[in-house]
Amino acid sequence: MIEKTLHGTQRYWMWVGFLFLLVVIGFVSYLVQLREGLGITGMGRDISWGLYIANFTFLVGIAASAVMVVLPYYLHNVKQFGKITILGEFLAVAAVVMTVLFIIVDLGQPSRVFNILLHPSPTSLLFWDMVVLSGYLLLNLFCGWYTLDAIDKEEAPPRWVKPLILISIPWAISIHTVTAFIFCGLSARPFWLTALLAPRFLASAFASGPALLILLCYGVQRFMNFDVGKDGIRKVALIVTYATVINLFFLLVELFTVFYSSIPDHMGHFIYLFKGTGGTGILSACMWFSLILLVCAIILLVRPETRHNERLLPWICGMVLVSIWIEKGLGLLIPGFIPTPLHEIVSYVPTVPEVLITVGIYGMGGLLVTLFFKIVVHVQISKAG
Amino acid sequence: MKRRDFLKIATLTLAGVSVKPLTNLFTKPALADISSQGTQRGLPQWVMVVDLDICGKKDECTDCIEACNRVHNIPLIKDSRHEVKWIWNAPFDSIFREQGFGRVHEEWPKKSVPVLCNHCENPPCVAVCPTKATWKREDGIVMMDYHRCIGCRYCVAACPYGARSFNWKDPRPYIKEIHRDFPTRTKGVVEKCNFCEERLARNLVPACVEACKEGGLIFGDIRKEDSMVRKILSTRLSIRRKPHLGTEPKVYYLL
Repeated sequence: MIEKTLHGTQRYWMWVGFLFLLVVIGFVSYLVQLREGLGITGMGRDISWGLYIANFTFLVGIAASAVMVVLPYYLHNVKQFGKITILGEFLAVAAVVMTVLFIIVDLGQPSRVFNILLHPSPTSLLFWDMVVLSGYLLLNLFCGWYTLDAIDKEEAPPRWVKPLILISIPWAISIHTVTAFIFCGLSARPFWLTALLAPRFLASAFASGPALLILLCYGVQRFMNFDVGKDGIRKVALIVTYATVINLFFLLVELFTVFYSSIPDHMGHFIYLFKGTGGTGILSACMWFSLILLVCAIILLVRPETRHNERLLPWICGMVLVSIWIEKGLGLLIPGFIPTPLHEIVSYVPTVPEVLITVGIYGMGGLLVTLFFKIVVHVQISKAG
Repeated sequence: MKRRDFLKIATLTLAGVSVKPLTNLFTKPALADISSQGTQRGLPQWVMVVDLDICGKKDECTDCIEACNRVHNIPLIKDSRHEVKWIWNAPFDSIFREQGFGRVHEEWPKKSVPVLCNHCENPPCVAVCPTKATWKREDGIVMMDYHRCIGCRYCVAACPYGARSFNWKDPRPYIKEIHRDFPTRTKGVVEKCNFCEERLARNLVPACVEACKEGGLIFGDIRKEDSMVRKILSTRLSIRRKPHLGTEPKVYYLL
């Protein structure tokens, strides 16, 4: 089926070329980082994780959210998700590849990465994250690929695919739970030290992932002449609606607990996040922007007239995506470190090479999504026609 | 016994036996146990005491810091983001703020206090390391393997004391004079105070303790009944950093 990626219009090749260019730019920037060290990023001894880990966290959510179409389709037989589900599975594959890349570019000694396998450490959540992420990558790759292959050959998928799909459902929950545990198990960082972190991660994942999926469906419709069906998109939009509301609710619950209990160590981080006291204020401006976007998106989503408006929906999805990218990206990461354990306020601004490497990885993800979707669409159009 | 019954019992037994190791997989190993094993084998349990009555008397004294920097090939980097610090001075208020001394004692918050790795009895950094590049020895010292560290900085995030430094760039150009008795590090790995284990092995006290001519730093084996540290800690009031986290620091501060 891979050969299907080799035929396309001029516009297709220009798009692929553009993404490839991003990858090359990112790769060259990475070579500079490899030579100079992570000092060329904006991170430092106090803010020791930055843009890379922020995007890692966000993308684990995108990957996990495939379950929001897989579960209704396979467990509840929601027929409208027929065409979307397989897109969701391949989006998950691309997202997992990006998370792995973000981890690798964040390592100080990437050549030693296999030490994680040589000296397995079950007390470290990073070890478990490696286990669940690689498992999830394989599950989605196999499920998506063999389902598609069966459609292509016009036969039933192999019998072992169904159990794998069922396993992938709790597995999706596990990847984001483990990712939350990386943060919420640290006594040193009161900002993350909350049992609500994993549920919050899941809620924001189930808002951002399906929102991205809707945007991609519109893209597929427009540029590949493939209609996934209005009903399917409407159902996914409903999922986004519930998830954004739950996400906001969880945030408010968190704020209540922190501010009503008034433990200074816990409040300090939230005050920094929303007021930016002592810092540059850029982060808190972004956080307020994120909150306003989220609230506006919720207002537009809960009203069926606006949610069902096909011209408006992509914009709403874009708002949800940007809002959550800020909230669970740098908005989650930086206040974890600030105030520092010694009560200092330090600022973080990503550098140009850091941004270019990040863009390069997104280029890689975009390339994978494009190629996967190209195959999916090609197979489904040829069989339907 | 029937074959079926035998198989049943055997399976159940196996399952039962594997429960403990399986649950161990998910819990942090009792790191405190490692020290008690060491004690049983007659190994020392190292402790440092910082006497705040003595320390800071001399204005802007950095004798201990300079001694440490010299023997451990610590780079002197100007940019505060990329600094490597094993022992350094921090304001009293910023390290003991949770304990709320400010209003009672007016001078204390302004004091400058030496801080370093606490060599915790329950070190969070050890639990999170995905490669066992940092571990606790039987004598309680929390060690680093610079050759195994992959530079993920999970330990940096896990340390409640900000005691860990990452090499954001090649440190060697920033070392004034390379001390041949101790390795230099490469870019991309984490490092921190090692309680001068290389000196302890040669029966020497840590470099910072030796450098403090005023006797503000006291080092010894808490296990020994006649040790100086034990005598001082049993007679004078001491505090530790962030005791509520349960990490059990081995660096004590005398008030």
